[in-house]
Amino acid sequence: MTHVATHDSAHHPIRLYLMVWGWLFVLSACSYMVDYFHLQGHLRYSLILLFMMLKAGLIVAVFMHMAWERLALIYAILLPIGAVLVFVVIMVLESDYTLLSRTLHPGLL
Amino acid sequence: MVQISLRNEVDEARQSSGLASIAADLASDQRAFKNVSWGKAMMWIFLLSDTFVFSCFLISYMTARMSTTVPWPNPSEVFALEIGGTSFPLLLIAIMTFVLISSSGTMAMAVNYGYRRDRVTTAMLMLATAVLGAAFVGMQAFEWTKLIHEGVRPWENPWGAAQFGSSFFMITGFHGTHVTFGVIFLIVIARKVLRGDYDVGRRGFFTSRKGNYESVEIMGLYWHFVDLVWVFIFAFFYLW
Repeated sequence: MTHVATHDSAHHPIRLYLMVWGWLFVLSACSYMVDYFHLQGHLRYSLILLFMMLKAGLIVAVFMHMAWERLALIYAILLPIGAVLVFVVIMVLESDYTLLSRTLHPGLL
Repeated sequence: MVQISLRNEVDEARQSSGLASIAADLASDQRAFKNVSWGKAMMWIFLLSDTFVFSCFLISYMTARMSTTVPWPNPSEVFALEIGGTSFPLLLIAIMTFVLISSSGTMAMAVNYGYRRDRVTTAMLMLATAVLGAAFVGMQAFEWTKLIHEGVRPWENPWGAAQFGSSFFMITGFHGTHVTFGVIFLIVIARKVLRGDYDVGRRGFFTSRKGNYESVEIMGLYWHFVDLVWVFIFAFFYLW
């Protein structure tokens, strides 16, 4: 048997965690800078999302050891998150409709 | 019999990666998540369900903010902190973010030292994590107090859309509760580690089961998740 993806998180050097820690600091500082320098519009939103995804990825992959888990577990946890994204799309459409109704008929709502 | 088990091992080796391995794992006998203890698998599944809870909060916040005709209060100004006459946007929130990330760092190292069976270092790192977590909750309490004094309520606030208050208290309140419970369990597990429960196989008072150092990792999963949720709250509630 080849133990490629087995439980070997015990043998990670501490340096790995310190590096991820450092990167999380840098990325958090970057997202704070987005607000500090008052960036606006698409640049602001894309940078916020970019730094957020990078931070989330580092935490899940390294700190939570997801990178070394077996594929069956990774997929069982990550695939259902797709349902959340579908929910987001549904509620974006719904919010647009609500806003439209409230704008067109201000007295009703 | 020998031949059959040999062939099974060959099959397993071939299917240790790729989509075929997922199909093989899910179709296999007795357990789907190979190499993963039940404790760890259940924590992951709990965290997935918790993800849905927090997603629902954030999505309802998004819906409220997108559909209101009243302007949304500017979080950059609402959460600004004045030091020596200068106003820093989101300063306290930034500090809270760094504190929580640091606690994740100490937790990750605690897990590592746990597997090296270094009792004292593991327990100390876990207690450091608990102290940072408690500091985070303290700062959150300060923030709540400040906002309540300024007139923020779940049904109104001085700056704009009324839903701002309800979203803020619901989301940060639920997250703060998670941090608080995390701190409590960190102290419980750290005590077990320090006492050597996982070395001598002492049975837990509640479950009557023998624990092992994987408990530290499972505790870590929960703690990192709390940090993970904060990443999303920071991005969507405070920065957006």
